[in-house]
Amino acid sequence: MSLLTSVTIFVLAVFLGFELISRVPTLLHTPLMSGTNAIHGIVLVGAMLIAGSADSTLEQVLAFVAVVFATINVVGGFLVTDRMLEMFKRRE
Amino acid sequence: MILPLALSQNVINVAYLVAAALLILGIKRLSSPRTARSGNVVAAVGMVIALVFTLLDDDIDSYWLIAAGAAVGTIVGAFSARRVRMTAMPQMVALFNGVGGGAAALIAAAEFHRRTPEPGHVVEDAMGAILFSALIGSISFSGSLVAFAKLQELMPGRPVVFPAQQVGNGALFLGLLAFGGVAGATEVGGWMIALLAGALLFGILFVLPIGGADMPVIISLLNAFTGLAAASTGFVLDNTALIIGGTLVGASGTLLTILMGRAMNRSLANVLFSAFGAEPVAGPAGAATDGQTAREIGAEDAAVMLAYAKRVVVVPGYGLAVAQAQHTVRELAELLERRGVDVKYAIHPVAGRMPGHMNVLLAEANVPYPQLYDMEDINPEFPRTDVALVIGANDVTNPAARTNPESPLYGMPILNVDEAANVVVLKRSMSPGFAGVDNELYYNAKTSMLFGDARASVEKLIAAVKAA
Repeated sequence: MSLLTSVTIFVLAVFLGFELISRVPTLLHTPLMSGTNAIHGIVLVGAMLIAGSADSTLEQVLAFVAVVFATINVVGGFLVTDRMLEMFKRRE
Repeated sequence: MILPLALSQNVINVAYLVAAALLILGIKRLSSPRTARSGNVVAAVGMVIALVFTLLDDDIDSYWLIAAGAAVGTIVGAFSARRVRMTAMPQMVALFNGVGGGAAALIAAAEFHRRTPEPGHVVEDAMGAILFSALIGSISFSGSLVAFAKLQELMPGRPVVFPAQQVGNGALFLGLLAFGGVAGATEVGGWMIALLAGALLFGILFVLPIGGADMPVIISLLNAFTGLAAASTGFVLDNTALIIGGTLVGASGTLLTILMGRAMNRSLANVLFSAFGAEPVAGPAGAATDGQTAREIGAEDAAVMLAYAKRVVVVPGYGLAVAQAQHTVRELAELLERRGVDVKYAIHPVAGRMPGHMNVLLAEANVPYPQLYDMEDINPEFPRTDVALVIGANDVTNPAARTNPESPLYGMPILNVDEAANVVVLKRSMSPGFAGVDNELYYNAKTSMLFGDARASVEKLIAAVKAA
């Protein structure tokens, strides 16, 4: 993939990110923060890629901790968001 | 792997496209109350798809590290997310955010190590992205830990200030850019370590001067940082899922940070650099609160006021959350309603520790949704209200925000409880709120103070209302 392609994707994602939440009620600020917090757990993809190809001990240690951290981010993030939103559901 | 190389990469890229679409759809649904919960599920499905198909990647030739790390992370993440109390939610989010940033920094460190033994292997743009991930990821990691410590009250929530702080932080940041530049140019590991260590220190110093009341804004900002750090690792590893997922969070998180600041009438620069609430500020100039005394009231008298009122507005704040009093308050409200009192709840946009936090806590206690009123809707009601019952809320009721241009709270939209006929404040002590600002409401002739733990006080009120 060329750098230009990556930058194109990046710029489009910036605009999309702004557009997506431009009209969000205050009520949802915390769940939305928590939900997007879980989404940047996508960094686990990167952690997995380096953990699967690490050859030196140092890299293995760094990669292992990265996988642990990123997994906590993903799993904890989505579960905690779900717990918050569960509260809203009951009232409808 | 099992599939031929070209095929497997195509399959992975198609899966990433599907995953990206689901993440986008998920964020979209998260921003509307009706669809929010399903939005979280949709985003989670997108995440699982991205993760599962990453396993097919040809670069991965060993699975044991991934399996072990994912197992540990899943146990820790699931356990903490299940166990955390709703009141401690904001600091939990800070921790999850911090480890995400930490992961991005570790990926950068590992990639730097892997690529630098062969000089010339690092193409320039990947090096820039490696350094950026290391810098921003580390700042997000240590900054989030400080935010956690402040909210968890492991350290003082007040701004920690010392002389020449901003100049020092500025100099350190320039130093970090220099470390990064040298690390990139020389490809010497020592400079990378200096960059990582310096960025960790900067993250701590950058959050220290920020007061507890502004912490949600900072967590949201650090959330955006982690998003950008993740996106940057996508440039390092040439991975579209990382670029899209990370950037979406970086952009939406930035906007969310601005929206949160706006809800408190503060600009981001003001939040970052004003050390809000560092100095306790007295009431209006010329009418200092020092000489005034607050009037104390017993639970019985307060209960009589409530029981014979026509309209009561409950103003919940963080004190209610800390005391886990949300269920008890609902009980009191129901008791009053059975006596024909009209009870409403006034929710300030930043009541609790984060915007929307109070709605979550009251919903947990089954308070009926139609009884919750936003600030704009409830403020016109206060002049017609007999008793405003303030439970553990402080800064969001401080009239200084309207009247005293000297006050750090000045300009923040508040709940105008001082317009009610009577104000009953349930509070542990006279100590100032999270912003560290004295509240002149407590010295108002209409105001009575009922001291004690919010839950214990509300329980006393319930008993007294039953007897009244």
